[in-house]
Amino acid sequence: MSFLIDSSIMITSQILFFGFGWLFFMRQLFKDYEVRQYVVQVIFSVTFAFSCTMFELIIFEILGVLNSSDGLCRVLQLPLLPLETEPVRHSADPGLPGAFLHRLFYLHKQRLLFSCLLWLTFMYFFWKLGDPFPILSPKHGILSIEQLISRVGVIGVTLMALLSGFGAVNCPYTYMSYFLRNVTDVDILALERRLLQTMDMIISKKKRMAMTRRSMFQKGEVHNKPSGFWGVIKSITTSAPGTENLTLIQQEVDALEELSRQLFLETADLHATKVKFWSQHISFILVGIIIVTSIRGLLITLTKFFYAISSSKSSNVIVLLLAQIMGMYFVSSVLLIRMSMPLEYRTIITEVLGELQFNFYHRWFDVIFLVSALSSILFLYLAHKQAPEKHMTP
Amino acid sequence: MASLDRVKVLVLGDSGVGKSSLVHLLCQNQVLGNPSWTVGCSVDVRVHDYKEGTPVEKTYYIELWDVGGSVGSASSVKSTRAVFYNSINGIILVHDLTNKKSSQNLYRWSSEALNKDLVPTGVLVTNGDYDQEQFAENQIPLLVIGTKLDQIHETKRHEVLTRTAFLAEDFNAEEINLDCTNPRYLAAGSSNAVKLSRFFDKVIEKRYFLRDSNQIPGFPDRKRFWGGTLKGLHYD
Repeated sequence: MSFLIDSSIMITSQILFFGFGWLFFMRQLFKDYEVRQYVVQVIFSVTFAFSCTMFELIIFEILGVLNSSDGLCRVLQLPLLPLETEPVRHSADPGLPGAFLHRLFYLHKQRLLFSCLLWLTFMYFFWKLGDPFPILSPKHGILSIEQLISRVGVIGVTLMALLSGFGAVNCPYTYMSYFLRNVTDVDILALERRLLQTMDMIISKKKRMAMTRRSMFQKGEVHNKPSGFWGVIKSITTSAPGTENLTLIQQEVDALEELSRQLFLETADLHATKVKFWSQHISFILVGIIIVTSIRGLLITLTKFFYAISSSKSSNVIVLLLAQIMGMYFVSSVLLIRMSMPLEYRTIITEVLGELQFNFYHRWFDVIFLVSALSSILFLYLAHKQAPEKHMTP
Repeated sequence: MASLDRVKVLVLGDSGVGKSSLVHLLCQNQVLGNPSWTVGCSVDVRVHDYKEGTPVEKTYYIELWDVGGSVGSASSVKSTRAVFYNSINGIILVHDLTNKKSSQNLYRWSSEALNKDLVPTGVLVTNGDYDQEQFAENQIPLLVIGTKLDQIHETKRHEVLTRTAFLAEDFNAEEINLDCTNPRYLAAGSSNAVKLSRFFDKVIEKRYFLRDSNQIPGFPDRKRFWGGTLKGLHYD
């Protein structure tokens, strides 16, 4: 009975994951392309379903939901099969590499042979991968599941570490570059004008080439691009003045086209930065909201503190002390907010506060923040440890 | 030499449909040997004889602006592309006959080019759906070209060609189906070459001979004939 329930849960969850993978493939990955081979989509969804099932089984095991535990082990090994058949699938599906294969091998048999060869090479290197790593103990056989998992683990962990390392460095770098550059519409317009000017230059040169070609065609000369070894030799020895002109202009055009490509990419980059620039404004508003709430919190804390420690004699002194602290807090907030402000307002703050080493304050803030966070963690931990003791003592 | 009049024609379509090969074929009458991915925009020029064979024959430069990219690009790329959509006189929409998505994306491409003032927001109000009115009041001549005809198997050819005929009808445009690696599809005198020539003539007419926008629909021939010769005197 429980076996029935377990298997029905498993099957429905697998179907759910399969459907989700299918939808994701269609809506997100292949949004702009056409699915020609449904095999690819099926394989993707199956792999996705199996991977999700793996996680799901682990979670169920921890929660103690499913009962049959030995069947679990067998099922856990299932998702690993698709991983092993990866290269076969790549050679089997006539996608981009398939177009290449299609031209090389017309016969189906040859294609199969080629993909088998590819798979064997992959398995050989896969096996070789295990040698330098201390992941094996001699008591396992050569075709056991541990061998497979250990190697897959090596590759997967390397991939994850690579991606995390790259992300950790790339994210702050792009973030900072978007914040530090302030792009105005004037810059973008200037760059676009340069781009259009370059295009005009290219067009005028191409017009000359087109007219030259047309006049040559009318005169009966034929311009063949020098192709192959003998073509090049021939073009060197016998060259009509028209063709020489053409090749010269063609070189200029190539250089100009390269320039236009660079300009286009720069303009696209500027547009993207400009969009991020507006997100800077929005974050400024958010920071403003945070400041307001923190001011409110500060005032409340100050009031509580004041009530706690003041007496009729010391109230004046304490009020003045609190005023001093409040003033310092405000000035520092303005200092720190300067970083996330748009350029126009930054100069105002600089005027008011004078020329300061703002970067130093940010670094100092970070250091002290770190120190205080760590010490408060320590403090809370100790406090938490003391508290149950207090409760325990009768 | 550069003193001839010019018209600007955009060549739009998805990545990999064969726009660069097509432009190369149209302008240099040769097949492009090493097609590579277009970054930004590549331009080529075709010398065209307007009303060839008649007494009013005149040579024009036709600039073919081949804009690369995909419809689903980031809004920053779309804003950059919008720079090339200024003062266009004609649009050639290219789609791949083996790829249905590329034909569907032509609606979005044409909206992007015709509504270039609304592009930077990145949010299309019509959400890519076909807007009949937009194409009905459109003054810019369109031409639909389907590529990779050789890769369509004989048995499927009829079905594909009916589908593209509907597509061209939606755009109120002529259509040409060819293979960019074979120059015989555009050989002089073939029906494709005639359609192409007619399209370019229409573009030149709209640009140079039909300046007034309030034309009486239903009497275009008379206007063209009469107004054309008069206006032609100004532009010589």
